[in-house]
Amino acid sequence: MNPFNYHKPSSLAAAVALHRDAEDPAYLSGGHTLLPTMTQRLAAPSDLIDLEGLTELTGIAAQGSVLSIGAFTRHAEVAASSEVRGALPALADLAEGVGDAQVRNRGTMGGSLANSDPAADYPAAALALNAVIRTDRREIAADDYFRGLFETALAEDEVITRIDFAVPSRAAYEKFPNPASRYATVGVMVADFRGAVRVGITGAGPCACRAPAFEAALSARLAPASLDDAELPAIDFNSDLHASAEYRAHLVRVMAQRATARIAAGTD
Amino acid sequence: MSAETGIGAAVKRREDLRFITGQGNYTDDLNVPGQAYGVFLRSPYARARINAVDAADALQVEGALAVFTGQDTAADGLGDLPCGWLVKSRDGSDMVSAPHPPLAVSQVNYVGEPYGLVVAESLAAARQAAERVDADFEELTPVVATARAAQASPIHQGLEDNLAYDWELGDEAATDAALSAAVHVTRLDLTNNRLIPNAIEPRAALATFDPTNGEYQLRTTSQNPHLERLVLSAFVQIAPEHKLRVVAPDVGGGFGSKIFVYAEETVVTWAAAKVGRPIKWTAQRSESFLADAHGRDHVTHAELGLDEAGRFTALKVSTTANLGAYLSTFGSSVPTYLYGTLLAGQYKTPNIHVRTHGVYTNTAPVDAYRGAGRPEATFVVERIIEAAARETGRDPAELRRLNMIAPEDFPYQTPVALVYDTGNYQASLDKALRLADYAGFGQRRAASQAAGKRRGIGFSCYIEACGLAPSQLAIQLGAGVGLYESGEIRVNPTGSVTVFTGSHSHGQGHETTFAQVVSDKLGVPFDDVEVVHGDTGRVEFGLGTYGSRSLAVGGSALICASDKIIAKGTRIAAHMMQAEPDSVAFEAGAFISGNQRLTLQEVAFAAYVPADYPPDLEPGLSEKAFYDPENFTYPAGAHIAEVEVDEATGVVQLANFVAVDDFGHVINPMIVDGQVHGGLAQGAGQALLEHGIYDADGQLTTGSYMDYCMPRADDVPDFTVDTTVTPCTHNPLGVKGCGEAGAIGSPAAIINAVTDALGTEDITMPATPEQVWRKLRGL
Repeated sequence: MNPFNYHKPSSLAAAVALHRDAEDPAYLSGGHTLLPTMTQRLAAPSDLIDLEGLTELTGIAAQGSVLSIGAFTRHAEVAASSEVRGALPALADLAEGVGDAQVRNRGTMGGSLANSDPAADYPAAALALNAVIRTDRREIAADDYFRGLFETALAEDEVITRIDFAVPSRAAYEKFPNPASRYATVGVMVADFRGAVRVGITGAGPCACRAPAFEAALSARLAPASLDDAELPAIDFNSDLHASAEYRAHLVRVMAQRATARIAAGTD
Repeated sequence: MSAETGIGAAVKRREDLRFITGQGNYTDDLNVPGQAYGVFLRSPYARARINAVDAADALQVEGALAVFTGQDTAADGLGDLPCGWLVKSRDGSDMVSAPHPPLAVSQVNYVGEPYGLVVAESLAAARQAAERVDADFEELTPVVATARAAQASPIHQGLEDNLAYDWELGDEAATDAALSAAVHVTRLDLTNNRLIPNAIEPRAALATFDPTNGEYQLRTTSQNPHLERLVLSAFVQIAPEHKLRVVAPDVGGGFGSKIFVYAEETVVTWAAAKVGRPIKWTAQRSESFLADAHGRDHVTHAELGLDEAGRFTALKVSTTANLGAYLSTFGSSVPTYLYGTLLAGQYKTPNIHVRTHGVYTNTAPVDAYRGAGRPEATFVVERIIEAAARETGRDPAELRRLNMIAPEDFPYQTPVALVYDTGNYQASLDKALRLADYAGFGQRRAASQAAGKRRGIGFSCYIEACGLAPSQLAIQLGAGVGLYESGEIRVNPTGSVTVFTGSHSHGQGHETTFAQVVSDKLGVPFDDVEVVHGDTGRVEFGLGTYGSRSLAVGGSALICASDKIIAKGTRIAAHMMQAEPDSVAFEAGAFISGNQRLTLQEVAFAAYVPADYPPDLEPGLSEKAFYDPENFTYPAGAHIAEVEVDEATGVVQLANFVAVDDFGHVINPMIVDGQVHGGLAQGAGQALLEHGIYDADGQLTTGSYMDYCMPRADDVPDFTVDTTVTPCTHNPLGVKGCGEAGAIGSPAAIINAVTDALGTEDITMPATPEQVWRKLRGL
């Protein structure tokens, strides 16, 4: 790891100001992608700006049809939160399955969404749950947020403050883990908003996406069989050692069907 | 002796207190004054000429002390890293051992091969300096695929076909004739996947040099420090043995990968004197992936002949074994003497012939990894038997039973050199069938089917040869060292016992097991016995821990030394009791003659304070023994795997696993269970998860835990393990060895279960979800 300056600002405005003035800065929000990259000397930021403790980025609140989660909330906190468990059990389940215990106790929701790893879990939820990504300067609909491989709508110095999830009547997340890394080879969240179904997919392509034909088929009839012949999303499916594009595409359908089966069975 | 601590007692491991409380002393935990840090320069290419290495910029980094290249080590006369086992080709010629300089001089031959060492005041400075070394490489086309290595251009100058040797064992003509006459011949093509060892502690070295007396000390992650010293002294010629001390402190696993003498430990020791500073090097995990010796990597064609009744008439095996870019310390012996000799398995196959082409490729060297040749042999024998049973419509368990060597057939001479001393293979199979509820399999299969899953069952009745080995036989077959073990027992003046063993413990629990053996034998309390190992400065000699040999060979040496203690103690006691030595018996820690009794403690005190003492006897009570085994030991067992395959995703779940093993007498059943569990997990890893993959450019694509899939707790079931016992006939403890059995038997059982579930023999390890999914769809 190369030497760097460490900052722990006491306000969001100070954090953004530090970022603006530093030579090659990076926000630190859990660091479970950034720090390993730095120890491998693949990244060498001049300044790390730690977002821990900023009040604008903390707290979980369920208000009617919206569950609002502060960006610095760690995965383990999401998994353990009674508010999340009550309003959106599928999201708590998803959080419980992110990485391992060490990752869950350090990594944050905002950090994960800002990084937009193609195999991260949260992006599937953000899309399926029609999330609004709130930042220090604006609101971004999840549908407009994911732009490509590790690429989002965020500006260089922009900070996610909260994520507001729409609360569906039912939802479920199914993941097919990469056997080695346990990242999502494919992860699919299906959310039923009183008959209008949204499907968020991660792991399959360069970034998370929705599956319009799946959504139409499930909105017509919420059953696994509805997806038997539904068209897959029109993306370039990833291909790697563990899953070819063809196999991944197949897994998208299977995971979507399994998530559908769970909510249709009323277990989620 | 005490039922709580003696032979057969499940004593908790005394070493675990320091391990589980973080108080272990691993090499990287050790620090010495003035210590500098080393970072190795590693080839980014699978094959390239080194045109120039320019370190001028690197040496400008603050704290940089030195940069050494292969030119420097060569100019200083540092010898090549030797291969310790000379294998001869079938035409009688010696194998071709390509020169293996510790640092590459003019050409690099695998990704990760070290070509330089950077030494600096701090690890950060060393890394920074390493990044500033400017190396000019000229890339060459690499040779990667095992099966095609012989058709590629030579890696090593003048070595056509990249062939290190073309070895054979057995009677080819008789085997061919028997195959021609067979009623049925089963043919199978098999790949044994390359594995990467992944000990939890990466390799490390801390080398010091004392200019006042010319002594080197190397603390390192070694399974056999005396061998390390021997090689560094006799072959690499760093220093004579009396000026070189090698210490292997706590070592976190090895699985074979820490037997070998590697470049890094060697060069760091040499450099400590050059720089005039102690140097520490600790591998990063990514270095372990690239530069620890890998395991397996065979491509095999096998044919098994059967007669009308289903009796095996002949087995013919042809294997291409990938040896990597250079011959590692024992790399040549693994796919030959540790492989071909095991192809009889548990069966009376009368004709066997095996031919092994050992090939060089531009990949990391391949050497012994838990099981070393025996998992590969078991995979061939047990896969082809399962296939034969299916082809001929026979029950796979019964086909095995029909062909098994019977208890009354021992000693049994196989057609591939070995003489099995004892066993009862039928007993292990019977017990395993019961524990696995073989009779109930049909019902379980139907239940799985109802849930959309396919269920399969698979067998593996393995044998292994452990307790390496009768030295003269091994040396005749090409071994460069004897394969005995040393032991020393010092009974201290007040009766406590210090045990010195040439075996080394790096997870196996010797400090407990060996103390149990000596405590039981000498009748002294377990807590009064201390076991010392892993230090050439304290232990006379040793050949280390590998091949499940520690107890059978090292433990036997302790029994022999104990016998000498008892013999000498008997003379002392007889003198003290004014009895004839012949009338003195040693029982439960006491010398007894008539109604007189002297404890070992009393006799020991007399030996060191010889007031009333035999006039013709030396004082003291300390004895040494070198034990050279008469034969290998032959642990064997029956493994039964049951798998469930998810048809929608291709995921294979290991649903049940039964292992019944015959290890002879068991000293500590808890440790034995643990060894079996660990081996089974590694076997499950090989069968379902692990794969060292090089791409066409020779880049290791599974070079981290993101892609190299280690088995986790949730990948394996709650193993059912049990034992049967036929004591080894030729060592004093009647023990055989348990360290590798799990990894030897299980891959074949698991793949036999997968192929049973899928109805095709065409599955290669690891049986990944996508591969299985494709087979299910006929893709």
